[in-house]
Amino acid sequence: MAGSRVRVPANAKRGEVIEIRAMALHPMENGFRFDTQGTLIPVNIIHTFICRYNGDEVFRATLQPGISANPYLSFTTVAQDSGMFEFVWLDDEGGYETAWAKIDVS
Amino acid sequence: MTHATPLTRRSALAAIGAGALAIGVVTPGRAEGNGMDQVIREALAGARATPGRVHVDLPALAESGNSVPLKVMVDSPMTAGDHVRRVLIFSDRNPRPWIATMSLGPRAGRAEVGTNIRLNGTQNVVAIAEMSDGTYWRDERNVEVTIGACDSLALRF
Repeated sequence: MAGSRVRVPANAKRGEVIEIRAMALHPMENGFRFDTQGTLIPVNIIHTFICRYNGDEVFRATLQPGISANPYLSFTTVAQDSGMFEFVWLDDEGGYETAWAKIDVS
Repeated sequence: MTHATPLTRRSALAAIGAGALAIGVVTPGRAEGNGMDQVIREALAGARATPGRVHVDLPALAESGNSVPLKVMVDSPMTAGDHVRRVLIFSDRNPRPWIATMSLGPRAGRAEVGTNIRLNGTQNVVAIAEMSDGTYWRDERNVEVTIGACDSLALRF
């Protein structure tokens, strides 16, 4: 996969609800399109997105072809401890993308 | 000269009646349906979703169906005992009615998720929230789409 962008606040107070935004660069081929030769382009979408906070899963999304290309997701979580957010995207062709973001909780 | 099958009042009324019946049979209640109601029934395993507690935020008019910003907010305290388990998103005119499933939990703090969806024309988008107590709540929003996601594909090739 081609890359990703995530936005996590660098600092937060303990107990604060923070918003996280994540986007992966992916065409999300819906299986209805034809290429210039007239052959059907097979479905290839990101079917699963997972966000882990210090190893614990805090958000997961199962996506269908009805999600736009370059799937964007926003969600919230409670800041508990300083550490790492891990983001994983999985697509139909076995491709994956990972991203990391650090947070300081005071 | 006599007609082989004279057009009487009775036969004319019977023909009109049969025609009306035929139209009634081929036109289902929801024209151009994509089976969303059936998909929702299966997704909820027969449970019913009550209107309320969920709010879908979508533009009333979207120029392109390729990417329509969607936000779903659920009225929930998001505690260990009472939180949103899943948010399901459906559309009633897309080729595939089920768009996405988001799983959250008490650690979300707030039940608020957003994404960008594809819409094949003007239609209703339904969001259903599954609570930790097993109840389902729903909201529905109509979006007018100028160019559907599938229309623009046809134009491109």
